[in-house]
Amino acid sequence: MRNLYLLVPLAPLVASIVVGLWGPKIGRAASAWLCILGVAASFAASIVIFRDVQAGHAFNGDVYEWLVSGDLRITIGFLIDPLTVTMLLVVNFVSLMVHVYTIGYMADDPGYTRFFSYISLFTFSMLMLVMSNNFLQLFFGWEAVGLVSYLLIGFWYTRPSAIYANLKAFLANRVGDFGFILGIGLVLAYFGSLDYETVFAKAPSLAGTVLPWAGHWHLMSAICICLFVGAMGKSAQVPLHVWLPDSMEGPTPISALIHAATMVTAGIFMVARMSPLFELSDAALAFVTIIGAITALFMAFLGIVQNDIKRVVAYSTLSQLGYMTVALGVSAYSAAIFHLMTHAFFKALLFLAAGSVIIALHHEQDLRRMGGLRKYMPITYITALVGSLALAGIPPFAGFFSKDSIIEAVSLSHIPGHTFAYVAVLGGVFVTAFYSFRMLFLAFHGPERFHGHAAVEDAQHNDRTLASHDQSHESAEEPDPHAHEGGPPKESPWVITVPLVLLAIPSIYTGWAHIEPMLFGNWFGNSIVVHPSHAVVAELAHEWHGAVPFILHGLVSPTFWLAIAGIAAAIWFYIIDPAMPGRVVAAFRPIYTLLDNKYYADRFNDWFFAGGSRAIGRFASHVGDRVLIDGVMVNGSARLIGFFSREIRRIQSGYVYHYAFVMIVGVFVLLYWWGVR
Amino acid sequence: MSTPYLSLAIWVPIVAGIVVLFFSRERDANFARWLALIGAVAGFLVTIPLYLYFDTTTPAMQFVEYADWIPRFDIHYHLGVDGISVLFVILNSFVTVLVVWAGWEVIQVRVAQYMAAFLIMSGLMNAVFSALDGILFYLVFEAMLIPMYLIIGVWGGPNRVYAALKFFLYTIFGSLLMLVALIYLYSVSETFEILAWYKVPLALSTQILLWVAFFLAFAVKVPMWPIHTWLPDAHVEAPTGGSVVLAAITLKIGAYGFVRFILPILPDASRYLSGFVIALSLIAIVYIGFVAIVQADMKKLVAYSSISHMGFVTLGFFMFSVLGIEGGLAQMLSHGFVSAAMFLCIGVMYDRVHSRQITDYGGVVNTMPKFAAFMMLFAMANAGLPGTSGFVGEFLVILAAVKVNFWIGFGAAVSLILGAAYTLWMYKRVIFGEVANENVAKMKDIGSREFWLLGIIALAVLFMGVWPKPFIDVMHTSVTELLTVVGRSKL
Repeated sequence: MRNLYLLVPLAPLVASIVVGLWGPKIGRAASAWLCILGVAASFAASIVIFRDVQAGHAFNGDVYEWLVSGDLRITIGFLIDPLTVTMLLVVNFVSLMVHVYTIGYMADDPGYTRFFSYISLFTFSMLMLVMSNNFLQLFFGWEAVGLVSYLLIGFWYTRPSAIYANLKAFLANRVGDFGFILGIGLVLAYFGSLDYETVFAKAPSLAGTVLPWAGHWHLMSAICICLFVGAMGKSAQVPLHVWLPDSMEGPTPISALIHAATMVTAGIFMVARMSPLFELSDAALAFVTIIGAITALFMAFLGIVQNDIKRVVAYSTLSQLGYMTVALGVSAYSAAIFHLMTHAFFKALLFLAAGSVIIALHHEQDLRRMGGLRKYMPITYITALVGSLALAGIPPFAGFFSKDSIIEAVSLSHIPGHTFAYVAVLGGVFVTAFYSFRMLFLAFHGPERFHGHAAVEDAQHNDRTLASHDQSHESAEEPDPHAHEGGPPKESPWVITVPLVLLAIPSIYTGWAHIEPMLFGNWFGNSIVVHPSHAVVAELAHEWHGAVPFILHGLVSPTFWLAIAGIAAAIWFYIIDPAMPGRVVAAFRPIYTLLDNKYYADRFNDWFFAGGSRAIGRFASHVGDRVLIDGVMVNGSARLIGFFSREIRRIQSGYVYHYAFVMIVGVFVLLYWWGVR
Repeated sequence: MSTPYLSLAIWVPIVAGIVVLFFSRERDANFARWLALIGAVAGFLVTIPLYLYFDTTTPAMQFVEYADWIPRFDIHYHLGVDGISVLFVILNSFVTVLVVWAGWEVIQVRVAQYMAAFLIMSGLMNAVFSALDGILFYLVFEAMLIPMYLIIGVWGGPNRVYAALKFFLYTIFGSLLMLVALIYLYSVSETFEILAWYKVPLALSTQILLWVAFFLAFAVKVPMWPIHTWLPDAHVEAPTGGSVVLAAITLKIGAYGFVRFILPILPDASRYLSGFVIALSLIAIVYIGFVAIVQADMKKLVAYSSISHMGFVTLGFFMFSVLGIEGGLAQMLSHGFVSAAMFLCIGVMYDRVHSRQITDYGGVVNTMPKFAAFMMLFAMANAGLPGTSGFVGEFLVILAAVKVNFWIGFGAAVSLILGAAYTLWMYKRVIFGEVANENVAKMKDIGSREFWLLGIIALAVLFMGVWPKPFIDVMHTSVTELLTVVGRSKL
């Protein structure tokens, strides 16, 4: 088994290194298949490991010693337990689908082999992250996925918007990592180890520790909030969410893999992994709940006004990450991971479907230039419909089960902030359904608006969507002079549609098939710890009588009717009465402006943080270094010495009578001094 | 008697340098290059036994050489290395090879003198790291200034005279006070043996005076805020090789002085004044980080980033824990690789475009993709990405700092954000984007010499990041011993 564990991360790594160094030499096809082979091997190994773990063979062991310093021993090692294998399967499956899809999507790109090398490197990093048995390796994977995300967002490096977005993403993540590393520091300071097992075992005995240097906060609250700040960066929670929408500058396959299905869920995974610590701090859990609830609701609103198809999905990702975070906050870790899994499938599906549309329209991303595509691209349409139904939470699709269990868990919770969270997640359901179907209708239904640019200039079309502000040029993919020429859009080739279908299948069935074992069975075993006073999922289990009763119960719950209402509203706005959005925008102009500017978060950050640090830097550089230190201290002391030497030089005039005069004065001074004494 | 590896490490490059000087005619330039390379490689090879035969189980000095020099004052030619210094001798000899090789085609005037200056410098710096006699240390510590002064003053940029003078005066100002301190220590102990001074009892007031004297000598070299302003000027004016040696090795000598002199000889004063050093280190990390963001000159930017990174070294040392000191030493080693690589990268671009201004570049990746990949790696290492050497030291020091006081760790961790901000913002403006101008369009990607030069450092950076254990294991026993010495009060 140990060799199999090693194979899981190493297969993609080797493929990535070989293709990265010699990709152009071994050719495009060989590069692509080598990377796919690497991930496929890793996926196959994960399945074997999964079966092994289900049979009860968890593993916790070291691979090598990274560093030994005194009694601190930091190792690289694997913790293979149910939580890990769940993540392994999700990551490898989505990664494999994306690898295959890339063959079609990136076919014309000169950076083809480089792209494969990056996504395999990403897969390696993500696998290291989820397989880690200690905080150092967790941090390694954490930063490594950030690095690959940086490289991939800036994949088209000549585009100003792309290289702006990747720098922004890296820095926003670094702000999170700042908290994360302090959390790790506190863990080491109080637990004396970075090993999960040791730390978790010791945690209950340190639960009562207070920190005199931080206003007598509880140690656990400080650790968990610091760690969660890291999760806020990686999983794009408000206010560190700003990088995720811009990350759509990267090619679509990585939006699916990194910025929807896997990397952004690293924060969710991390908190679930740390459940033995988070369970000891109600303050931290309340913080997590509130941040998650804000993200879930307010990011969903932004999804309504976006015109770029990828950005709609991006804001939807933010909102869904908020749902997972809320689930973590109310101690429903298994529900969070369950939603992480279903979301990985249907969100990757939606992104890849969006990519399929983008390719068919020759790199057009603006929803206002789409429409009526369902008859040209039936497979893409059906799979996108499945994805949207799952996202909106319509039974029996996967999203219904995971989202509904989160909402039920919130309603049972007693953590501070649970009321707000309940309102937010319920409201989010309506908004989610609305924007998902808005996107679906604008892209696949209605009149065809992709014939030439003239149609878009038509004011009527601007009114058709809920926006008039043109953002498409900020983010259009590869500018293509031949866009909108060359006949009607065609369905994408098999390398694109097969992954779509393969992702649609789990988007349909994973909900009812896995809710029982994952939430109410013993799927996660000891890998997730829940304090008895937070046992909302266990309470839910009492009401569990099988998938069909769950659906029937769902049909009379407000959740379901809110989702239906959202879809109905979308039908009304975008199919029945296309002039409606324009009227709504006109009626609620200030709210629309606020949403259109994304709550002004970007502008504030650019002005306050980016501008502020440059201003501090300029002040420190000019006033501090140049004027005070160099001007006053260094050159000043040189000038002072120069001044004295000039003055003293004047005394040495060379005239005898000067010296004689000084001598006489001296004699008088001495005489006077003696005389007075 | 066993082979005098340390003497070889010192004298092989110095003798090679002197020999090279005999071939200073223009037509011998190529011969001088090869001779210098042979000398440098030989100098590196003789240091490899230092690692192979090093005994990591003992804190005692190893490879000791002891000979009378000036018996009347009890001054000896006394050499030896422990786990703290041995890696720097090897690093220095390694960097010398890189520097000689890096100057291969770039330096066209006074080739022999240029190569000789670096070789002699290398021998002297090995002597600094292995000297166990106070006067011997002082002598080589000062002698080292001369080749560096010449390197900046002769092969430097337009403002080289100002920079060279500033560099010289700054450092000599500090070290003269150190001479006084050394003589005082001799007067109370009647020996110039550095290790003997570890046991000399000293009153706190005396310790503080001596501390200030040593501190000024070493803090200038590190350099610590606010006596750092010579470094950006020196870097900007120095030729690429000069910058590499300056950043990779010379700065380390300042930090080395802290662990060889200040901490063990003056333990009580060090503890008494630790808050002061911590404050200066945090200022270096945060304030200098902000200063680095706005630099328009790439060399200045990397120079400021060096100051900020060296802040981690002094911060780690004054945490008085194994983790902190080992973190500081790891940061020194890593900075040796990473800063060398960053300056070499800037040199590669400077050789083609003859500008160090960020605004003169843009879109270099389009014409130099291989180079851009290397520089990406080094930029990430500079930003402290895990998996690269730059992470190890920062990580250990932050952990050690949080253990002592959360808020010190908080201040140090700011560099996670600032380091990424200044490094990657520069990278973005220089490397990414459309080809900015004709000069960039004409840039040729790195040739095989530059490829291997950067490739070797890249391997070192990755190796240390993925597996720092071999490096830390060498230090460990000596660091533990150092802490016991520091823990003993001398009052």
